[in-house]
Amino acid sequence: MSGVSVTKDAEDAAPAANDLVVLSNVNKHFGALHVLQDIDLTIARGEVVVVIGPSGSGKSTLCRTINRLETVDSGDISIDGKPLPQEGKELARLRADVGMVFQSFNLFAHKTVLENVMLGQIKVRKADKKAAEEKARTLLDRVGVGVQADKYPAQLSGGQQQRVAIARALAMDPKVMLFDEPTSALDPEMINEVLEVMQQLARDGMTMIVVTHEMGFARSAANRVVFMADGKIVEEAAPDQFFSNPRSDRAKDFLSKILHH
Amino acid sequence: MNVLLDNFPAFRDGFIGTVSITAVSSLIALVLGVVVAGFRVSPVPPLRYFGTAWVTLMRNTPLTLLFLIFFFVVPEILFPGMSPFVLGSLALGFYTSSFVCEAVRSGINTVPLGQAEAARSIGMTFAQTLQIVVLPQATRTVIPPLSSIFIALTKNSAIAGAFSNAELFGWQKLMSDKGYDIVPVFIWVAIGYLIITFTISGLFRLLERRMEVAR
Repeated sequence: MSGVSVTKDAEDAAPAANDLVVLSNVNKHFGALHVLQDIDLTIARGEVVVVIGPSGSGKSTLCRTINRLETVDSGDISIDGKPLPQEGKELARLRADVGMVFQSFNLFAHKTVLENVMLGQIKVRKADKKAAEEKARTLLDRVGVGVQADKYPAQLSGGQQQRVAIARALAMDPKVMLFDEPTSALDPEMINEVLEVMQQLARDGMTMIVVTHEMGFARSAANRVVFMADGKIVEEAAPDQFFSNPRSDRAKDFLSKILHH
Repeated sequence: MNVLLDNFPAFRDGFIGTVSITAVSSLIALVLGVVVAGFRVSPVPPLRYFGTAWVTLMRNTPLTLLFLIFFFVVPEILFPGMSPFVLGSLALGFYTSSFVCEAVRSGINTVPLGQAEAARSIGMTFAQTLQIVVLPQATRTVIPPLSSIFIALTKNSAIAGAFSNAELFGWQKLMSDKGYDIVPVFIWVAIGYLIITFTISGLFRLLERRMEVAR
């Protein structure tokens, strides 16, 4: 991993070989609704990109197309130089390299916390049980839920569950992590414990695509803010620039509604 | 003078016949039903079509007709010389598998979609997602309807008696041919079925309780 520091400049234009996730000309419809319209987005290795925008703007859908949980109608998506394959073994292999954290946690309800973090390592990476357990415990300690290892997900608070979900994704040694509104289902007091784990991850140089409403996180951890509205990317900028001096009227309108009241 | 004591060996053979055909066709129905349910929710269209066709065909054909096909058509074109027991078990197992499939599919639908999405997002294949994450969570909802389906299967096995299988209901015909009063005969037959069906519902209730404790 390249040790990208969390300075907030938008980065000098990275060479193409350093592009990890590339979306070009992506379109998607839900029936009559054109949710993604000609999306072009490139994420460099080690970059933290925060996607914000009003609800219904297509940001979650965008996030889910990157590991093909949503298919696209047209356009190309490639990860680490490889285009996304069709559904099948090859896609499964690629998904293992793309960590995903959901709004509703989606921990395996019938498995303990420890088993949740071990399962992918054993079944997908074919790691042996002992190594998998060791790694799982290390990761659970790292996200601060090591003592909960033997409980079932339902016995944990939302914030704890989400941190386990992050550990589960990290156990696969992903090249990039996708966060689909990871704090939107949490009580306010639990949001910070999840954001702190994500901040730490960003500092460690993980490539991250984060869909969120947490403007504080966008300011402090993002290299770049992508603002979406009505299925289009309206504006891309460094966080400082975006929040203090948005160029588009749509972004100005959005920010005025969320920042002042 | 007692119909049961005088003819106990035949009754016992009938009882054992019903138990074995029930056990074998239950196994066939369970395995096939789960596999076809997997087909029906698969991302591969040909498998889905096959699953739908299987359920439509097996569930809507009268069981007696299915037996006729298995006893008079299947041996002619496919495997000649199969025993009536094998043919009967296959007919009953295939028929019941369509009901098992639908029960399992309804169980799969009760597992939140996010569970499967999470499994796929860590790189599990469709088969792994189904086996490791979805089916274990569907089991609890599937158990009560499965219990009913297997009890129905037990009673449906009587049709096999008409196709040269020794089973419980066939004993009734044997006894009435011998001139016994049919009321006690039917009572004994009913008791025989009750023993089997109560055992099945008891087993399933035990399973259900075991699952409750686990989560």
